[in-house]
Amino acid sequence: MILNQTSIQKIKERAKEFPQKKSAILPALTIAYQQEGYVDEAIYRELAKIIDVPYVEIAEAATFYTMFPKKPRGKYLIQVCHNISCALLGADSLVEYLENKLKIKKGETTEDNLFTLITVECLGSCSTAPMMQINQDYYENLTPEKVNKIIEELKAKA
Amino acid sequence: MFYSPVRTNAAQVAKDENLHLFRYVEDPDQCKVDTFVAHGGYEAWKKVLNGMSADEVIDVVKKSGLRGRGGAGFPTGMKWSFVPKDSTKPRYLCCNADESEPGTCKDRVLLERDPHSVIEGMAIAAYAIKCHLMFIYIRGEFAYAIERMKQARDEALAKGHLGKNIYSSGYDLDMVIYSGGGAYICGEETALLNSLEGHRGQPRIRPPFPAIEGLYASPTIVNNVESLASVPYIIKRGAQWYSSLGTEKSSGTKIFSLSGHVKQPGNYEVALGFNLKKLIYDPQYGGGILGDKKLKGVIPGGASTPFLTPEMIDIKLDYESLQEVGSMLGSGAVIVFHEETCIVWTILKLTHFFHHESCGKCTPCREGTAWLEQIIRRIENGQGRDGDIEKIEDICNNILGRTICPLGDAAVMPIQSSIKHWRDEWQYHIEHKKCMVETHFEFK
Ligand SMILES: Cc1cc2nc3c(=O)[nH]c(=O)nc-3n(C[C@H](O)[C@H](O)[C@H](O)COP(=O)(O)O)c2cc1C
Ligand code: SF4
Ligand code: FES
Repeated sequence: MILNQTSIQKIKERAKEFPQKKSAILPALTIAYQQEGYVDEAIYRELAKIIDVPYVEIAEAATFYTMFPKKPRGKYLIQVCHNISCALLGADSLVEYLENKLKIKKGETTEDNLFTLITVECLGSCSTAPMMQINQDYYENLTPEKVNKIIEELKAKA
Repeated sequence: MFYSPVRTNAAQVAKDENLHLFRYVEDPDQCKVDTFVAHGGYEAWKKVLNGMSADEVIDVVKKSGLRGRGGAGFPTGMKWSFVPKDSTKPRYLCCNADESEPGTCKDRVLLERDPHSVIEGMAIAAYAIKCHLMFIYIRGEFAYAIERMKQARDEALAKGHLGKNIYSSGYDLDMVIYSGGGAYICGEETALLNSLEGHRGQPRIRPPFPAIEGLYASPTIVNNVESLASVPYIIKRGAQWYSSLGTEKSSGTKIFSLSGHVKQPGNYEVALGFNLKKLIYDPQYGGGILGDKKLKGVIPGGASTPFLTPEMIDIKLDYESLQEVGSMLGSGAVIVFHEETCIVWTILKLTHFFHHESCGKCTPCREGTAWLEQIIRRIENGQGRDGDIEKIEDICNNILGRTICPLGDAAVMPIQSSIKHWRDEWQYHIEHKKCMVETHFEFK
């Protein structure tokens, strides 16, 4: 088993909230992702057993959404919004800045497995652009100095 | 890090007794049930449960003139009245908190800073359609909003604003908080329902409409966060008060998310019919264009609405006025760009978004947005060819009106309007293999 007892228990509790068990698929995927940082076929299989729905239903849903990647990423997932409001305030330069700072290209992970850098679509933070999300946290109204500090702090913490 | 740094006009709102949605959003304790109640919260819910029938609630909301704030502007009370009275199936209410339309960042502020106002609005709507289990679908990236909403729901349950036999009225109401998986299309109401049922978030063919056959094939109402948050004030202060705000056909107040090249981006609550130029230039609001540059254009209602040129911005922000000039109020996301913005670059950004978010269910949208992005990228990279504009127009015409959900149209409308307003700039880009205006935005 990949999923631990805490996650399994959480999934079972969540499933009780819904009139139909299939509704627990996304919450279950979310809980699995929170534990492992990825969700692949082996996990789909475990989830299918836990919430008692066919494997293909899990696979079909999971592969549609962007938040359930099949492979693990770095400890810190940096998601830079590159949509219009952020782009007007330099989101593309922000991506370049991060690429230089982390010495990786977007889509890649640093060698020490600490940072993965990707661009994403609008995160609902348009009037505090440019912005990025690192794991669950939003960082807004970014400047080069702020970004530098954020990255250095995360490195120091790791 | 619970508190989003989004700028609001809460101080101004506090002084104007007709504005209400943002009255307490700068109070860090507003998310707590006791503070919310001290500020008059849950009074409307009590009023409803202690003496209004479901029909009376619907009637008040109809008369108020409230229209959906999620984008389409459909009259809220009328939507509720479509739920069949004789249905023996359970009924469901879903609050749409998927907020993903580029430029839109208003619902997040309400969810994070005044979550109980959303719960109260949801509860009243649920009662109006005789629903006993309501859902809120929050986009998965909004980790704090989700957490906040959970705390608020638990507090509301503990204090008896939700749960069994609320305020001894005999009415039971429970609430489920659901987080999405990262897909813009799940904001479309039928895709949202599919997602809630555990499927891929792909839109359904209508009819049947959700009010007849929605979640779990039962009558379901989907409403936007801001629409629902408006409801308690309407109940408390009356339909007449609400309809006296705004314009004749667009009543009430609305939150506008202002972003892009303005000095003071932020979320501003104003009465509908507010002047767009004032929103952009007034020191109390946008404060003018960054670097005092010249305005080039405005997207008035989110990434899917047609552009306005500088000559067009002396206009009222309401449903009718924007429609008259060929655009839309949409979600109220005003995106401003100045003279140094290349229109091809802008359209490439938007088209990339719609292509990325197309769910792939229907061919015109799936293939069409891919071709569009390819051609536009080619032009932007200096490899445009003669006839590309016509090709783009042709693809647009073949998408428009031929798709299952409005995402196809949404992708096309900004492109068409950009060619209408700035055809010479498109042409220049193709002929000279470069931007007419150099676009490079540093972040600083
Ligand atoms: C592609 C697409 C995305 C949408 N995204 C949202 C959204 O994020 N939030 C929202 O409230 N409505 C969104 N809508 C509109 C909903 O389908 C629906 O009309 C709305 O939630 C109804 O609520 P209202 O009547 O209160 O506006 C979207 C529509 C489309 C076609
Ligand atoms: S228009 Fe696009 S998003 Fe909508 S159903 Fe068709 S493919 Fe999906
Ligand atoms: S455009 Fe970047 S957060 Fe909305």
